[in-house]
Amino acid sequence: MSARRIFARPARFAAIAPYVWMVLFFLVPFGFVAKISLSQTAIAQPPYLPVFELTQGLAAIKAAFAALSLDNFKLLVTDDLYVLSYLRSLVVAAVSTSILLLSGYPIAYGMARLPRRWQGVAMMLVIVPFWTSFLIRIYAWINILQHDGLLNKILLALHLISTPVVWLSTDSAMYLGIVYSYLPFMILPLYATLAKMDPALLEAASDLGSSPLRAFWLVTFPLSLPGVGAGVLLCFIPIVGEFVIPDLLAGSDSLMVGQTLWLEFFTNKDWPVASAAAVLLLALLLAPLLLYDRLQRHQLEGAR
Amino acid sequence: MTEDAANTATEADSAKAEPPADAIPAKAELPIAAFDMPLLRIDGVAKRFGAVRAVDRLSLDIRRGEFFALLGPSGCGKTTLLRMLAGFETPDEGAILLGGDDIAQVLPHQRPVNMMFQNYALFPHLSVRDNIAFGLKRARMPRAEIATRVAEMVALVRLEGLEKRKPDQLSGGQRQRVALARSLARRPEILLLDEPLAALDKKLRESTQVELMELQRRLGMTFIIVTHDQEEAMTMADRIGVMDQGRLEQVATPRKLYEAPNSRWVAEFVGDINMLEGEVGPGDAGRLAIATKDAGTIVAAAPPDPVKQALVFVAIRPEKVKLSRRGPASDTAGTHTINRLEGIVIEVSYLGGFTTYKVKLDSGAVLKSSMANTARLDVDAYSVTQRVVAWFTPDDCVVLEQ
Repeated sequence: MSARRIFARPARFAAIAPYVWMVLFFLVPFGFVAKISLSQTAIAQPPYLPVFELTQGLAAIKAAFAALSLDNFKLLVTDDLYVLSYLRSLVVAAVSTSILLLSGYPIAYGMARLPRRWQGVAMMLVIVPFWTSFLIRIYAWINILQHDGLLNKILLALHLISTPVVWLSTDSAMYLGIVYSYLPFMILPLYATLAKMDPALLEAASDLGSSPLRAFWLVTFPLSLPGVGAGVLLCFIPIVGEFVIPDLLAGSDSLMVGQTLWLEFFTNKDWPVASAAAVLLLALLLAPLLLYDRLQRHQLEGAR
Repeated sequence: MTEDAANTATEADSAKAEPPADAIPAKAELPIAAFDMPLLRIDGVAKRFGAVRAVDRLSLDIRRGEFFALLGPSGCGKTTLLRMLAGFETPDEGAILLGGDDIAQVLPHQRPVNMMFQNYALFPHLSVRDNIAFGLKRARMPRAEIATRVAEMVALVRLEGLEKRKPDQLSGGQRQRVALARSLARRPEILLLDEPLAALDKKLRESTQVELMELQRRLGMTFIIVTHDQEEAMTMADRIGVMDQGRLEQVATPRKLYEAPNSRWVAEFVGDINMLEGEVGPGDAGRLAIATKDAGTIVAAAPPDPVKQALVFVAIRPEKVKLSRRGPASDTAGTHTINRLEGIVIEVSYLGGFTTYKVKLDSGAVLKSSMANTARLDVDAYSVTQRVVAWFTPDDCVVLEQ
């Protein structure tokens, strides 16, 4: 009754707006991709078969449905190239997310303990890099890391190295780029949970005999887990599908799935395999998302 | 009655004095607390926050088993003092001696003192049981013992059946009891309570006050409570320390605080009072005749310490001011001196158990009177514009110099 009142006519339209958006810009395009992933590649325009022709009548559509197959998915799970690039994506995402958590947590913690008026300044400093285009910032890193770049010049000047070190086109450079780019996405949710924590809880822990370190592990950390979960997902999911950073900063000996997908699509012009790769990637990322959703629901129920 | 109060108060104050030399044990290993040494001695403690002196060279002794209340307006430094006892603030000066050892610099987690926080500060991610067991686990108590102690605490605060609940599944009163159980579980030497009942509604607050008193008596523990609610302090505490601007204005039993305040500030802060300014004139033995400009000459009982100033204040509690249509009978008998002031009732507030009146004296000053409604039918009630005699005895007056 009251819920219906809340969703009285104008409000009800506003409430369906996000669903319209999702259907129009996510579900419909995803339907296209899913259909293409079940098709065969062809030298044609568009470069796959079968094509649904609504003007050819019901029989033609039935025939088109019959021509769909899971062959592309079979290829993905049997061919080492794809399996390895999926694995590499997951490993890179896991390693980067760990580094992000380990470096982002202390920063967020420090920010949350600053005096109120400095917290806003710290927040600005975290967000300020977004004012420059992401691509430009990655090119700047290329500039810093290249053979005669800033990093080598400084290290040579300090006599820490005698010959320039190869930084660019290595995994280290890629990890550096990923951590640099995603750090705000880790810091902000962590900061949000840490900042709203009642400082009296730490005093209570210390009053009841906990050293500061124990109080952190027994109180601060468990209470910041929702922020950890949000930060980890916010970083892990896009890093798995990351394309630009590994393409520009890492070597070309092993590829992440985003790069493989790009190759299939633009170089091999194999739309069906590229689409199948995209669908599988989405399926893989759904698992951690559902897990997080369940955890959050569990927490909410616990709170009730 | 006033003399009674003064006597108990002197007894209370004597504990503050140094124990006599022959009472000090000859052997060092004898427990000091067994003698007249206070459990807690706060000695010249000061704390500044920037330019603000939150606590200003304050000294106070608290005996074992005492229920002590720190009372004061907000910002008087009472919470800062409590936080220094807990270890959350470090004094800039002075010593805090617990059983003879200075704990001023000891970290909070190493003190045998526990605190019940104003908003309880329960751990939201832990169940009632784990909240209560938290301090015991840190003390490395064996599992079986923890279980017994937790069960004991749960029974003590009557939370049986709620052990598995999380704090946000409890009512305000239940949360308050979890906080109490958690702070008592470690059996601290002293329990500090920071406005422990402020978040409860009036009825629950009153019943919890009684429960806290019973609990304290049963456990024989030392409680120090911080409150801004004087009724709460009066109800529960054996002694009350009234604080203002980082200093203790008076430390006394509730009765002495109310009946024999030592300054105008305390008199006006604790309860309601009529304050009349006047000059001291000659009086009979044990009496002072004070010439006030608002109420003529008032005869008051002389305070224990001789009055040094010429200008003093006479303080009379409203319930000591009786109203009648004519003068009191004993006046005509002439056996006692009685102060009588005539005026007109200008305000009547019926409050159930008692009624308060404002009487405008002929000088224009207003005197407050409060009378118990001892009879159901209001044959005795006075109405606005009625002319009355307000009277009180010299013993009802307190003479204050500051």
